[in-house]
Amino acid sequence: MSASQKYEIDESLPYKAIAIGGSAGSFQVVTKILSSLPTDFELPIMMCLHRLRHVRNGFTEALNIKSTINIEEPTDKEPIKKGKIYLAPANYHLCVELGNTFALSTEELFNNSRPAIDYMIQTAAHNYRHKLIAILLSGANKDGALGMKAASEKGALTVVQDPAECLIDTMPTSALKITKINHTLSVDKIIDLLLYIDQKIKKKK
Amino acid sequence: MQQEIELAQLKKITDIIQKRFDFDFGNYAMSSFKRRIQRVIEIYKYASIDALIDRLNDADHKFFQEFLSEITVNVTEMFRDPTFWRELKESIIPNLLLNDREINIWHAGCSSGEEVFSMAILLTEMNLLGKAKIVASDVDNAILAKAREGKYPIKNMEVNQKNYERYEGSFLLQKYYKEEAGKAIMDKELVKNVEWREHNLVSGGSFAKFDLILCRNVMIYFNQQLQNTVLKTFHESLHKYCYLAVGSKESLIWCEIANKFVVVNNEEKIYKKVKD
Ligand SMILES: C[S@@+](CC[C@H](N)C(=O)[O-])C[C@H]1O[C@@H](n2cnc3c(N)ncnc32)[C@H](O)[C@@H]1O
Repeated sequence: MSASQKYEIDESLPYKAIAIGGSAGSFQVVTKILSSLPTDFELPIMMCLHRLRHVRNGFTEALNIKSTINIEEPTDKEPIKKGKIYLAPANYHLCVELGNTFALSTEELFNNSRPAIDYMIQTAAHNYRHKLIAILLSGANKDGALGMKAASEKGALTVVQDPAECLIDTMPTSALKITKINHTLSVDKIIDLLLYIDQKIKKKK
Repeated sequence: MQQEIELAQLKKITDIIQKRFDFDFGNYAMSSFKRRIQRVIEIYKYASIDALIDRLNDADHKFFQEFLSEITVNVTEMFRDPTFWRELKESIIPNLLLNDREINIWHAGCSSGEEVFSMAILLTEMNLLGKAKIVASDVDNAILAKAREGKYPIKNMEVNQKNYERYEGSFLLQKYYKEEAGKAIMDKELVKNVEWREHNLVSGGSFAKFDLILCRNVMIYFNQQLQNTVLKTFHESLHKYCYLAVGSKESLIWCEIANKFVVVNNEEKIYKKVKD
């Protein structure tokens, strides 16, 4: 890493999307991240956060109070676009199809979850490969670990929240156990990394 | 975890299935189709995807029926999205009543029948069951047999009851079933006039005209192209000014033929055919 480089990232800036997974203890973290992004943030963000299965409304609205960019629950086959933040809807798995569109599914629970973080990150990694940034936050089960493994194998930039800082660290710890993760960071540093990449992309334009 | 399935292998599978069983999975959404194939490999404990390919090449139709059952996603609930069902009760069905004719309803992709029982209960509580003619179809014969049977694990009834309460049903769901050996046995009177029909949306086309079509959480397993095709079938199968309801996270706006429909309720994804 040269002195001018703050974080080890792919300096050719191939990044096209960010996928964030979180569960127990991640709500505050996510709102902190979303309240820190510039309104013209350069990359689309998709999020899969464990939520009540049978409550369709309220969660996105609650997140939107703090977010600088409007968060939407995508509909099936919606194209993934820059400048948007997407949240997996209640009781549906959110997946990425080749060609940068979303696909929803009502398949069985995975890791006792629907939406499952693994499905979102695995399919995002399959589509975006090294152009993906995958981030896993605090949580109480192992959902997301397989996703992070897939992301890592495809050459994506992988980040987990520092277990020492997590309210419940099972999720990042499970990922760290089964795959190589590029960065283990505190929330503040995750935000810093995202802003750093955003700045770099802006400068390159 | 097994090795990741490659796109080329999926293509090989869909080609073989087309050739041996005349069934076209080529336009299914690949993200979920891939997971379903993975799942089949795990269930049958195949050593590799090639073992599955060989098995399909046997052209064993009985095996294909089982395979089809595993590939399709049958997860469903009664009164899924309670506010949708309330909208049917308060607005859509009353509107159809104005036509002063029998109400023809098609459940396309009815799975194990929970949606059909929900409709029958809704109609019963509106005192309209006798005025409606329901066709319920699915491509998966095994799941249709389950729907016909109307027996559900009693543990599922908890979610169903909760949905029914949120829908603001008139009674308790228990009114419509009796419990026997861990199963909820649904009241057969509810579905005695339902026509259960094996129908493939990929190739089946239109077979009658309806006033209301429900196709919820089915087209999410299709790609855009197939969604367009199926939407044409629905367009053809609807009387003018009649309704199509899709799942709460589906939208017609990505479809070619969308301009022949208007949105009646965007939150509940109910559309009305306005042009022939
Ligand atoms: C997730 S279930 C939907 C059940 C119910 N409509 C609901 O929303 O809860 C999807 C159903 O679509 C059926 N299906 C899949 N492909 C089909 C096809 N080509 N033609 C007809 N039905 C199909 C499956 O067998 C499955 O029962």
